[in-house]
Amino acid sequence: MSKLLTISPSPHVHTSDSVNKIMYRVILALVPALAWSVFMFGFEAIRVTLLAVAACMVFEFLIQKYIMKEVPQITDGSAALTGILLAFNVPASLPTWMIVVGALVAIGVGKLSFGGLGNNPFNPALVGRVFLLISFPVHMTSWPVTQHATVDALTTATPLALLKEGVNAGKPVSEILLDLPSNLEMLYGNMSGSLGEVSALLLLLGFAYMLWKNVITWHIPTFVLGTIFVFQGALWMLNPENFVEPIFHLLSGGAMLGAIYMATDMVTSPMTVRGQLIFGVGIGVLTVLIRNFGAYPEGISFAILIMNGFVPLINAYIKPKRFGGQK
Amino acid sequence: MNQLQNFTKGFIKENPVFVLLLGMCPTLGVTSSAINGLGMGLATTFVLLMSNVVISTIKNVIPSKVKIPSFIVVIASLVTVVELVMQAYLPELYKSLGLFIPLIVVNCIVLGRAEAFASKNTIFSSAVDGLGMGLGFAFALTLLGAARELLGSGKIFDLTIFPEDYGMLLFVLAPGAFIVLGYLIALITRLNKA
Repeated sequence: MSKLLTISPSPHVHTSDSVNKIMYRVILALVPALAWSVFMFGFEAIRVTLLAVAACMVFEFLIQKYIMKEVPQITDGSAALTGILLAFNVPASLPTWMIVVGALVAIGVGKLSFGGLGNNPFNPALVGRVFLLISFPVHMTSWPVTQHATVDALTTATPLALLKEGVNAGKPVSEILLDLPSNLEMLYGNMSGSLGEVSALLLLLGFAYMLWKNVITWHIPTFVLGTIFVFQGALWMLNPENFVEPIFHLLSGGAMLGAIYMATDMVTSPMTVRGQLIFGVGIGVLTVLIRNFGAYPEGISFAILIMNGFVPLINAYIKPKRFGGQK
Repeated sequence: MNQLQNFTKGFIKENPVFVLLLGMCPTLGVTSSAINGLGMGLATTFVLLMSNVVISTIKNVIPSKVKIPSFIVVIASLVTVVELVMQAYLPELYKSLGLFIPLIVVNCIVLGRAEAFASKNTIFSSAVDGLGMGLGFAFALTLLGAARELLGSGKIFDLTIFPEDYGMLLFVLAPGAFIVLGYLIALITRLNKA
């Protein structure tokens, strides 16, 4: 008789989702973009990615075991994912020691200082990237030319940097665009840039896979990219000679990578859909502002980190109504 | 508490920066190099020592209603002395510290020690307290400045430790101050608990 009625605390519905499963699915979603990077940048892309992943995992293991004195959790895939995202955010020509320093900052400062997975307010990979960008501005903005480029050069600038340079020099946008890759080229990934951000199409493919597997929901990427599109579109309609059309901003730089893989980090994004709306719109607005009016040509990593800082506040104010609790 | 403990408490146990978290503005603002940190720390030490002595001397004649304004007048006079002396004899340091020298007037440590210690204790123990706290502040700022200078440009007190190419610029900039200070606070808290 007593076997028929089992009373246990909630939750009663079990799902097979686990940290491992989610992390490895995100990593799987990033594989096509990684393959494209290897095609574009050759062996350097493999070197940077493997180094970043290995360094992140080693630092996570050492810090957890010897400083935090916990059982190391490196097999949960989160350190490996941080490593991949860090590698995706740096130029393929970055010196080895800088990658190791970036991994130490990402894991040590960005994640474990706050108590590890689940407690970090900022996306660790972005903490590492922004640290590297501010610390080594020259190395972090010298982009290797792709293996298939027709120009005879070792480094080049990203479309966004060329655009900013041109606008600052007072050239009209229509003239600058002649020297830049077309939207179609940027969509499939024939542009210079950070290792993993070059192919918007393959990043979207990964997004579709993650949606199918329920790893993330569509909200944050849609809000971020939608805001960039609307805000940049408004600026473009006001003055097409000073501002480029919005599709360019969706496909160039790290917009796709940031919106799909960094802003959606479960730990550092708001819990409710209304909160995610504020979060996503904030990232979109800041990105467009930094790209058009800031000192840096690319701003999505700063935008995501700034909005990460607002997440606790958003979560505190935007609470779902309890069922039956209020009118 | 004997005078030795009174003197040494400012270094680790009650360090104004790492434990009391007072005077954060100059701590974060001027510690881009070890020499800046040391200069700022010693300037504050002088003000702290003298203000503690003066205030504990006149503590019985100050009406309690105008206590804080009187303290500020004493401290501001001393800061003016430091500022003019520095401008005359250490023009380089004066230039790199800039606005932070006059801002010693509103440094919480100076006012805090005047209110919490000098106005209640004898002249001698106030002097010991001021010197200890001041040197503790100088120690903290020098440590922070040295760490930031080393990580940022590979030098300590302009002595090259490793090539500047390997320096991480972020540590010389404002975010580096917050990050290094956070880790130093963690370290000192750990030492105090042990």
